Amino acid sequence: MTTTAPTSGGSIVDQPRYDCRNAYVDTLADLAQTDHRIVGVVNDSVGSSKLDAFKKAFPDRLINVGIAEQDMVGVAAGLANGGRIPFVSAASCFLTARALEQIKADVAYSNRNVKLCGMSPGMAYGELGPTHHSIEDIAWLRAIDNMIIVVPADPIETAAAMRWAAATEGPTFIRVSRMSVPAIYGDDYEFVPGRAITVRDGDDVTIISNGTVLWRSLAAAEQLATDGINARVISMPTVKPLDVGAVVAAARETKGLVTAEEATTAGGLGGAVAETVVQHHPTRVRILGVPEFAPTGSASFLLDRYGMSPQGIADAARDLTR
Amino acid sequence: MTALAPEHATMPVLGRLSPHASRAEQIAHIAEAARQIRIQDLKLVHYAGAGHVGGDFSAIDILATLYGAVLNVTPDTADDPDRDRFILSKGHIAGALYTTLAAFGFLPVEELATFLKPLSRLNGHPNRSKVPGVEANTGPLGHGLPIAVGHAISAKLDVSRRRTYVLTGDGELQEGSNWEAMMAASQYELDRLTVIVDRNRLQQGATTRETNDLDPLDQKAAAFGFAVVEVNGHDHGELLDVLSAVPFRPGKPTFVIAHTHKGHPISYMSNNVAWHHKVPSEAQLQQAIEELDRARRQPAADEVSKADPAFSTEGE
Repeated sequence: MTTTAPTSGGSIVDQPRYDCRNAYVDTLADLAQTDHRIVGVVNDSVGSSKLDAFKKAFPDRLINVGIAEQDMVGVAAGLANGGRIPFVSAASCFLTARALEQIKADVAYSNRNVKLCGMSPGMAYGELGPTHHSIEDIAWLRAIDNMIIVVPADPIETAAAMRWAAATEGPTFIRVSRMSVPAIYGDDYEFVPGRAITVRDGDDVTIISNGTVLWRSLAAAEQLATDGINARVISMPTVKPLDVGAVVAAARETKGLVTAEEATTAGGLGGAVAETVVQHHPTRVRILGVPEFAPTGSASFLLDRYGMSPQGIADAARDLTR
Repeated sequence: MTALAPEHATMPVLGRLSPHASRAEQIAHIAEAARQIRIQDLKLVHYAGAGHVGGDFSAIDILATLYGAVLNVTPDTADDPDRDRFILSKGHIAGALYTTLAAFGFLPVEELATFLKPLSRLNGHPNRSKVPGVEANTGPLGHGLPIAVGHAISAKLDVSRRRTYVLTGDGELQEGSNWEAMMAASQYELDRLTVIVDRNRLQQGATTRETNDLDPLDQKAAAFGFAVVEVNGHDHGELLDVLSAVPFRPGKPTFVIAHTHKGHPISYMSNNVAWHHKVPSEAQLQQAIEELDRARRQPAADEVSKADPAFSTEGE
């Protein structure tokens, strides 16, 4: 399925940018208004999750356990046991690292209806450094059974994934970007777990991306087009379960695959794609991501440094066409 | 050794007494349930060749009291949103939990014969998706208390009278997650939450004092905002009275320090660290059953020492 950008004309690079946390809080308040089961659970992260208005509107339904991530995820599992639908909102680095065993045992293995929302993931905290970067979250959670992993690329996809998660029983992890991104999707966008979206068609080479890097991948495709290279850009919001069919088709129909994500090069979307093609249709793959503890710099600077500027992604794709 | 087979899973299903039964009748019912659960559990561990019998036996009186006379949950209401919740944080005593659940009709007694067998739903740690009556998939320590706090918050949001009980080991309190949860329990004034500590003073290979001392546990719990009460964890009357008295103190969660002995009341096992996960021989199994039968005929008050058990590796 192809969904085009809501605004026509001009480069994706020039579109207005949005902080996905705003879509997150608006959607959470909206869901809470119509479903009394929805609650927020935070580790003191009211401000960093932009939940002040939610707290004002639903004072009893924002459970702040203090700076205590293990307790936060356990409490969420207990709230789900009591019939609530907790949206745990915490910096992704602390949520996924500090509470990994609670995520595994209390949420995934116990099959509790908990929505884990990793705020400001990837390298969003930029200059605060690798302690606050969350490039490993996807690799960690991909190894856990019974966990759906969603990495939305824009505000519309963030809201759509949340609405789907609220309406669907079971554990889900949603990454909520802090770094501003342009809108990719129109208001009619429907999130379907495990479904990739071809956001730009092409049959020379494929770029598979999600999150904050998807618009950069589209910009890369624009550059490649000026060289006469038709790049297919596949948006892969659900890292798990992966849309195997879309990956295999791209492997079969184009000269190679570039994956690009704001996450570690080991075990993330790139790993998932590589695992798939190596078993179903071996082809050339370039995995772009973050291979190390990043040096000081803003998220945008660091993405560029690791080859995920539009130019960098285009260069990787061009290589595969040779 | 004979493998665990259906003829080894024959305990009676005891069910619940009428709520109008007298306290004495309730206590006698709990005592008989605890005795039957111990015999059945010992057979499971003996014939399966694995289990955590020491910790099972320190907690069985607590489990029998909860399921026999306290918890507002029966096999018919195991999915009722307003049921009381019991969360077993020390998930390694799954054998004791399964046996207790079978004694009160949550799962078929004959199924106990599958304990730890390939593809059995009766795993070494409980799985709520597979075993009726289980509320959380515990095993890694320090997980039950946060889950219980979350459930107690949900009950408060629902303005429900349902209660939340969680049983933790004492060594388990070395996990920091418990103390995070205790702070939240106090902050949220969860007075329908009861934490029961199986205070047998032994962890895997040594006393808690030798390892990472918990004392003064009562003062620590009180400082974290709990109403603290100490009971003999093998005295069914004391357990019944305290666990039924929720909220113990309005506005405060309750912290019950249940003084117990690992392996209680079997002479060769009681208070002996070697029995954390030792398997009884055929002769030891028969001796234990005889001791439990004798205790029924000549009931005596079970004394529980609060002194540290002597370290013993006898029989290792």
